[in-house]
Amino acid sequence: MSAVAHEHVDGHAHDDHGHHHKETFITKYIFSQDHKMIAKQYLITGVLVMGFIGIAMSLIFRMQLAWPGESFAIFETFLGKWAPGGVMDADVYLALITMHGTIMVFFVLTAGLSGTFSNLLIPLQIGARDMASGFLNMVSYWLFFVSTVLMVVSLFVEAGPAAAGWTIYPPLSALPMAQPGSGLGMTLWLLSMTIFIASSLLGSLNYIVTVLNLRTKGMSMTRLPLTIWAFFVTAIIGVISFPVLLSAGLLLLMDRSFGTSFFLSDIFIQGEVLHYQGGSPVLYEHLFWFLGHPEVYIVLLPALGITSEVMATNARKPIFGYRAMVASILAIAFLSTIVWGHHMFISGMNPFLGSVFTFTTLLIAIPSAVKAFNYITTLWKGNLQLNPAMLFSIGLVSTFITGGLTGIILGDSTLDINVHDTYFVVAHFHLVMGISALYGLFAGVYHWFPKMFQGRMMNKNLGYIHFWITAICAYGIFFPMHFVGMAGVPRRYYENTAFPMFDELTNVQVLMTVFAIIAGLAQLIFVYNFVNSIFYGKRGPLNPWSSNTLEWTAPQKHIHGNWPGKIPEVHRWAYDYSKTYENGEYIIQGQDFVPQHIPLQENEEELNH
Amino acid sequence: MTTLLVLTVLVLVAIAIWQLTKIFELSQLRVDASKSEIANDSDNRANGYLLFLFLIFIYGITIFSFAKYTKVLLPEAASAHGGEYDTLMWVSFAVIFFVQTITQALLHYFGYKYRGEKGKKALFYADNDRLEFIWTIIPVIVLAGLIISGLYYWTEIMDVNEEDDPLIVELYAQQFNWTARYGGQDNVLGDASVRLIDINRANVLGLDESDPNATDDIIVKELYLPVGRKVNFYMRSQDVLHSAYMPHFRAQMNCVPGMITQFSFTPTITTEEMRLNPDVVDKVKRTNQLRAKWAAEGRPNSDPWEFDYVLLCNKICGKSHYNMQMKIVVVTEEEYNDWMAEQKTFTETLLAANGGEEKAPLENMETTEVVAINE
Repeated sequence: MSAVAHEHVDGHAHDDHGHHHKETFITKYIFSQDHKMIAKQYLITGVLVMGFIGIAMSLIFRMQLAWPGESFAIFETFLGKWAPGGVMDADVYLALITMHGTIMVFFVLTAGLSGTFSNLLIPLQIGARDMASGFLNMVSYWLFFVSTVLMVVSLFVEAGPAAAGWTIYPPLSALPMAQPGSGLGMTLWLLSMTIFIASSLLGSLNYIVTVLNLRTKGMSMTRLPLTIWAFFVTAIIGVISFPVLLSAGLLLLMDRSFGTSFFLSDIFIQGEVLHYQGGSPVLYEHLFWFLGHPEVYIVLLPALGITSEVMATNARKPIFGYRAMVASILAIAFLSTIVWGHHMFISGMNPFLGSVFTFTTLLIAIPSAVKAFNYITTLWKGNLQLNPAMLFSIGLVSTFITGGLTGIILGDSTLDINVHDTYFVVAHFHLVMGISALYGLFAGVYHWFPKMFQGRMMNKNLGYIHFWITAICAYGIFFPMHFVGMAGVPRRYYENTAFPMFDELTNVQVLMTVFAIIAGLAQLIFVYNFVNSIFYGKRGPLNPWSSNTLEWTAPQKHIHGNWPGKIPEVHRWAYDYSKTYENGEYIIQGQDFVPQHIPLQENEEELNH
Repeated sequence: MTTLLVLTVLVLVAIAIWQLTKIFELSQLRVDASKSEIANDSDNRANGYLLFLFLIFIYGITIFSFAKYTKVLLPEAASAHGGEYDTLMWVSFAVIFFVQTITQALLHYFGYKYRGEKGKKALFYADNDRLEFIWTIIPVIVLAGLIISGLYYWTEIMDVNEEDDPLIVELYAQQFNWTARYGGQDNVLGDASVRLIDINRANVLGLDESDPNATDDIIVKELYLPVGRKVNFYMRSQDVLHSAYMPHFRAQMNCVPGMITQFSFTPTITTEEMRLNPDVVDKVKRTNQLRAKWAAEGRPNSDPWEFDYVLLCNKICGKSHYNMQMKIVVVTEEEYNDWMAEQKTFTETLLAANGGEEKAPLENMETTEVVAINE
C-alpha cells in the first residue's frame, strides 16, 4: 500500500540528478535504502495503518463500556462471530484491549514515531548523506513490516488474538486452557514481537552509530539539535532494554511450547494439576517491566525532542536551558532503567524493594519538572507562530504536566495500593505517554511534512480543527477517568454491572465514550489532510518555518545523499533565533534567525548555551 | 434508541466539522497573504485566544469533575491504616492541583500573551542558572517530603507480623471466584498445595489431610471479619495471577500461583455502621433510584442494592474477570464468634463429601464447568 502511495508522489519528480546507479521501482519505493523513503514507509505502516486499527479498537471497546451488553450492528460487522447478535463477547473485549495496547505502544508510538522521525531527521539534521548502514536500515524496516503482518494476521486466527493484556503476564498468557487467546494468537503475538525487537535493535544501532560518527564538520555534540539528542538517547535505551523483553518472550515461548517452568509453578486448572514447578510469574514481571518502563520513555523522549525543536522554531526564541534539557534527557534515560519496580509494588515482591523503587521513581519527576518549566520559559516573551505543529507542542506540554503530576501518586508505593490497576492508572498513562506522544507525533508530521513530501505543506486550517477537537476531547476522555479510578473501578473489566457500587459511574463512562468517538473521528480529518496534501498540498518555500537546522538547507526534491555538492558545515548551535547585536539589530539584517551553517559574523559572540 | 441518538450526534458533529472547514476555507480566500500554509497574524490571533479559552476549559472541566464526581469516590476508609492513606492522598492532591493550576495558567497564558505578530521581536533568552536551580530544588524538597511520608506509611502497612494476636485468613483465588480459609480454633492454617487437591473428597483447596493444623480450618465463600482485630491475609492462587482488591479498606495484593503473598489490616467500621455513613446512605439512595429506572426498563442486574464491602479481582484473569468477587462482612466480636460457631471444619466437610451431598464440591464443579464452556 505504501508503495502505491509513493509512486504517485514521486511520479511527478522523476529526476536522476546525474546519479551513479540506476534506480528501479523496487529499489526506490520498496526495498529502498534511502533514509527519507524508509521514514515514509514507517510513517505509513506504523502510524496510518496500525494507528487506524489501534484507535478503531479503542472506540469499539469504549462503546461496550458505555453501553454494556447492548447490541450494536457495527460490533457484528467488525467482530463477526465474537459479537453474536451484535453483543460483544467477554473474551473478545479482552482481546481488543490487549491488541489496542500492543499496537499503540509498540507499533504506533515506538516504530511509528521513532522509526519515522529518527530516520528522516538524523541524517538531515546532523549533515550526513544517509544512515551509517542503509542496508541495515532497510532490513530494519522490513522486519518491522513482517512483524506488523504477523500481528495483524493474529487478529484473524480461529480462537482469537492474544487477550492477556498488553503485558501478557503468565500464567494467563502461557496456558491455552486459561483463555482462548492464549493459544495460537499468543504464539503469533510472541513471534511478531520477537521480530519487532530485532527490527528495533537494528534501527537503534544504526541511529547510534550515525549520530556518533557521521556528524558534519563543526557539528559537535553540544551543537546537536535537541531532536537528535532525544533520538540518540532513545536508541540507547532501546538497545539496553529491548533484549530483556526478548529474553522474557523466549522463556515464555519455552514455557508454552516445551514445558519448561520459568514462570509457572503449582497450577491446578480445569480439574488437573499441571507439571510446572518452581517458576515464578514475578520473574516475568521483572523482565517485562525492565523493558516496559524504559519503553514509556522510548515513546516519550522522541516526542519531547520534536517539541523542543518545534517550540523553539515557532517561538522564534532559543530553547530555554539547552544544557539542562540535554542533562534531563540523560537523567531521565538513566533513571528510566531503575524504576521498573513501581509497576510491581503489590506483585508480591519484597516490600523493601518497593521502597527503593518509590525513591527512584519520584526522582524521575525532577528532570521531568525541569523540562516542563523550560518549555514554559521558552514561550515567555516569544513571538509565537501558532502553526498546527506549535499548537500540538503546547498541547504536549499541557498533557505531559497533567498526566505527569498524577505519577506522584502512582509512584508512591503507599498510594499505589488502592489505585493500582484501576482507571486512575489508565487515565495517567494515556495522558502522560499516549496523548503526549501522539501530540509529539502530530507536531512532527505537520512540521516536517514539507521535508517528507518535496515541499508540499499540509492544510493549516484542517490542522487547527484537528488540534482543537483532539485537545478538548483528550481532556474530556481522560480527566473524568481519574475519578472513575478513584472510585475503585478496576481496568480490564468487560462491564461494571456486576458491582452496584459502580452503577452511578455509568454516565461518566458514556461521557468519556462520546468524547472518544468524536476524537477518533477527528483523526480522520488528519488522515484526509495528510493524504490530500501528498498530492495536492501547496508547495511552500524551502524553509517554510524559518528554521535554523540543516534539513531546511537541503533541496526540496529528494536526492540520494541529501545535498547536491558539499555537505554544509556547521558554525553554531541550532537555536540562534532572534539573536541580536548589543545595539538590538538582528545578526542578519531583516531576518530573525541564523541557520547553523552560517559562519559567525563579525563582532558576533558565540552564545552556545 | 441510544444507538440512534449517538449516531445522530456523530452525524451532526461530522456535518459541523465539514461546515467549519468550509468556513475556514472561505475566510481564507479573502486575504491573499493567508493563502500560504504558514500561520499569519490572524491565525496567531485566533489561536492565541483559543489557547486562553482552552485554559478556561481545563479549569472548567476540573471544577465540573470535582463538583459532579466527588460524591462517587470511595467513602471513608474502613481500616486502621486507611485514614493515614487518605490523608497522604489528599496532601498529594493538594500539591498536584497547586502545581497544575499554576503551570497550565503560565503555559496557556504565555501562548495567548506572546502570540506572534509581524515585526515583533522575541527576546533572546537562552539560559538562567539561578531560575533553573530554583525549579530543580523546589521539586526536590516537595518530593522529598512526599517520599519520606510515603515510605514511612509503606513500611508500616507492609509489615505483616504476628503481634497483637492477628486473625489468620487465607484468601484463595481461582478462575473466577474467591474462597476464604480461617485457621480455626488454633488460628493456624494447615499446609496446602495444589497437588493435594482432591475434588472427589471435597478437598478443593488442596489441604494436607495429615497436617493436624488443617483439621479445624474453616473454608467459606463469604469473608467475615471481626471489627477492631488485626487480620493477616495469606493469599494463594491456583491457576493464573489474580489480585485481591478491597478498596474500602485501602488494601490490595496480588495472588500468585506458586507463592504465598501477604497483606494485613485492621477493620475499623462494621458493615452495619458503614451503611449508616451519610455518604454511603446517599450513594445507596442514588444507586437505587438508578436501578429502579433500569428495572422499569426491564434490564438485568437492577434489584435494589444494600451496601456491602466487597473483594474484587483486580488483575486480568480471563473471561469472567469482571465478575470475580466475594462479599466481605465486618461484624462485632460476638457476631463473629456466633457466625464462626456455625461453620463446619475442614475435617467435617471432608467426611461429608463421601455422601456426595456436600456443598463445596458442587460449587467447585460448577466453576470447572464454566471454564469448560468458555473454552
